[in-house]
Amino acid sequence: MATRENEPTSDGESAGGRPSPERPMVRFDSVTKAFGDNVVLDGLDFEVAAGEKLVIIGPSGSGKTTILRVLMTLERPDSGMIEVGGEHLYHEERGGKLVKASEKHVRRVRGKISMVFQHFFLFPHKTVLENITLGPVKALGVPKDEARERACKLLELVGMEGKHDQYPASLSGGQKQRVAIARALAMQPKVMLFDEVTSALDPELVGEVLGVLRDLALNTDMTMLLVTHEMGFAKEIGDRVVMFDNGRVVEEGPPRQMFSQPREARTRSFLDAVLDHE
Amino acid sequence: MLSTGQLQQLFSGAWITIQVTAYSAVIGTLIALVGGVASLSGSRLLRWFTRVYVEIFRGVSAIILLFWVYFTLPQLFGIFLTPLQAGMLALGTNMGAYGSEIARGAIQAIPKGQTEAAIAINLSPFHRLRHVVLPQAVVLMLPPFGNLLIEVMKASALVSLIDLSDLTERAQNLRTLRAATSLEIFTAVLVLYFLISASITLGVRALERRFGRGLDVGGGLGGAVK
Amino acid sequence: MTAGAVAQASPATWDWDIAQRMMPELLRGLSVTLQATLVGITVAMVLGLVLAMARRSSLPVVRWPVVGFIEFVRSTPLLVQLFFLFFVLPDLGVRLSGFTAGVLGLGLHYATYTSEAYRSGIENVEKGQWEAAVACNLSTRTTWGSVVLPQAIPTVIPALGNYLVAMLKDAPLLSTIAVLELLAVARQLNSQLFRPLEAFSLAALLFLAVSIPAAILVRYLEKRYGYSRE
Repeated sequence: MATRENEPTSDGESAGGRPSPERPMVRFDSVTKAFGDNVVLDGLDFEVAAGEKLVIIGPSGSGKTTILRVLMTLERPDSGMIEVGGEHLYHEERGGKLVKASEKHVRRVRGKISMVFQHFFLFPHKTVLENITLGPVKALGVPKDEARERACKLLELVGMEGKHDQYPASLSGGQKQRVAIARALAMQPKVMLFDEVTSALDPELVGEVLGVLRDLALNTDMTMLLVTHEMGFAKEIGDRVVMFDNGRVVEEGPPRQMFSQPREARTRSFLDAVLDHE
Repeated sequence: MLSTGQLQQLFSGAWITIQVTAYSAVIGTLIALVGGVASLSGSRLLRWFTRVYVEIFRGVSAIILLFWVYFTLPQLFGIFLTPLQAGMLALGTNMGAYGSEIARGAIQAIPKGQTEAAIAINLSPFHRLRHVVLPQAVVLMLPPFGNLLIEVMKASALVSLIDLSDLTERAQNLRTLRAATSLEIFTAVLVLYFLISASITLGVRALERRFGRGLDVGGGLGGAVK
Repeated sequence: MTAGAVAQASPATWDWDIAQRMMPELLRGLSVTLQATLVGITVAMVLGLVLAMARRSSLPVVRWPVVGFIEFVRSTPLLVQLFFLFFVLPDLGVRLSGFTAGVLGLGLHYATYTSEAYRSGIENVEKGQWEAAVACNLSTRTTWGSVVLPQAIPTVIPALGNYLVAMLKDAPLLSTIAVLELLAVARQLNSQLFRPLEAFSLAALLFLAVSIPAAILVRYLEKRYGYSRE
């Protein structure tokens, strides 16, 4: 019945999709995405292991953000397949065949992922606390009191205790981003996506956000995908670095090797340009 | 000068005017919200239907719509409409057509990132609309909706033509009875309309403040994007 | 069910013969509606400009009454204003025909709207233009006529187009002050033939046949010429 014979445990899907250790948490299988003539993902194949902290680097406009966006279902891929925690994101099995997934299926699988954006996108009409409890209450069905309690703990975690009742407009960029991280964490995702989360911040506010990210990376077993230009930070917390350009993975490897002796000329010139700047 | 009794008649007419306006506004607002959302829906049929509705009910004059509703609906379907029902149906559907366009514009003006953030916390399409997009869009809708409400209040004078004893009908009635000079009557009536209109303006301002918490009202949605 | 005074209504079907008999008179009514709109918008365009300019007067005695007039007329129903012109003015010794009172009412009412459009058009003219006019030692009249208005008015045209369409929708109100326009004809036909279905439906359809193309045309011009919105 399964179309993929190399996956004997496909019945794991119905059991909530707990990934076995050897199975990747995220898997892209020849994923293609184009905007008009501009191919941003060109038959992309790659895997992220459970608990892995993957850093994606590359020039702007190279499509690295699109990787996160198709994973979050903000863009639909033109072709290819994506699996999250052993389950297809855009497809589901029906009558032994893999077909386009229903909205319901997409929503259920998407629940394993959450995302933090470059421009925060806090809900301006809601207080800090309401921003964080909205998802748990409405999407996860957590009782209000419990969601509040958990939100308070998360705010402590990101160093924002005592700001519960403020509106986002009164926060600094760094504070907004820390609330946005707490909001994503409140969804208890298995996979967290960070899309250039410090790029929109004033330089003096970058540190406080990186500090929170560092804590998360070192102290949790969440799978994390980070698109970033902070190379020092990438070196420090990344398990693996992927260099991405023109819709393809140029090269990948452990941070130490990638930053000190990249194999590809393209990576070298990119790193030279970025590190020069720093 | 107008006697107390005559003034009382005008006040009770004003009360009818306020009621007709309020009922029409409720119908109009509901249609506007549904229409605004439907005109942006993924379903082509729904979008097309909304378009046709808006063009027709905005295109036809309110007074012609009122006469059509009051005189031909009963003939067409054999249902009886009281003047009040006909009035609020005509004014409400008319307001709904204008309001749909306002609602559509406001929803479109909410930054895309808001919907994306709502997807990132896995809200359903309904919850995205209900808790994220609409509360922000409503703030943008309020000022034009306030103007629309005043237009509806002014248009409510039309119900005097189908024998509803609103403020305008009372004025015409007093005038034909020669109860006072027509100048006195109409001056009083115009002032009353002006007062109702001013109260609507003040009320809408208060609502703007109430719904605008956290948003830089006037300064756009500054908190949403950097 | 309802204790209404109206006789038991029964479903009616469309009668083409009656519809055909009504058409010529309805068309004549429509042409009166259009004439009233055209005269009315002309009044509104001229008077609105006067109000907008008066509103910029440096004299508070001119400015404040104008602001008050605009606010008051905008906030009260056109129907009541028409009644005022047609029924109240004669008591004060001013007798106007229905058509005159009607176009005057339409023009006055909409002048308060067009004046706002002119105002934003005038405000959008750079301050430097006024200063340059002073530097050239131009008279007030020349400054307005040759410098400010030629720049302000083109930006106001789309808004005026919208008010033209809006006024068209209010023109049937003239049926209440003895002007035999479209709706008045329909009401007359209804009381003669007792056929509200044909009379009012045809009136509505004829009306839509003019107002929808007019609205589409105005929207097209608005896009095509890309004038700034008010």
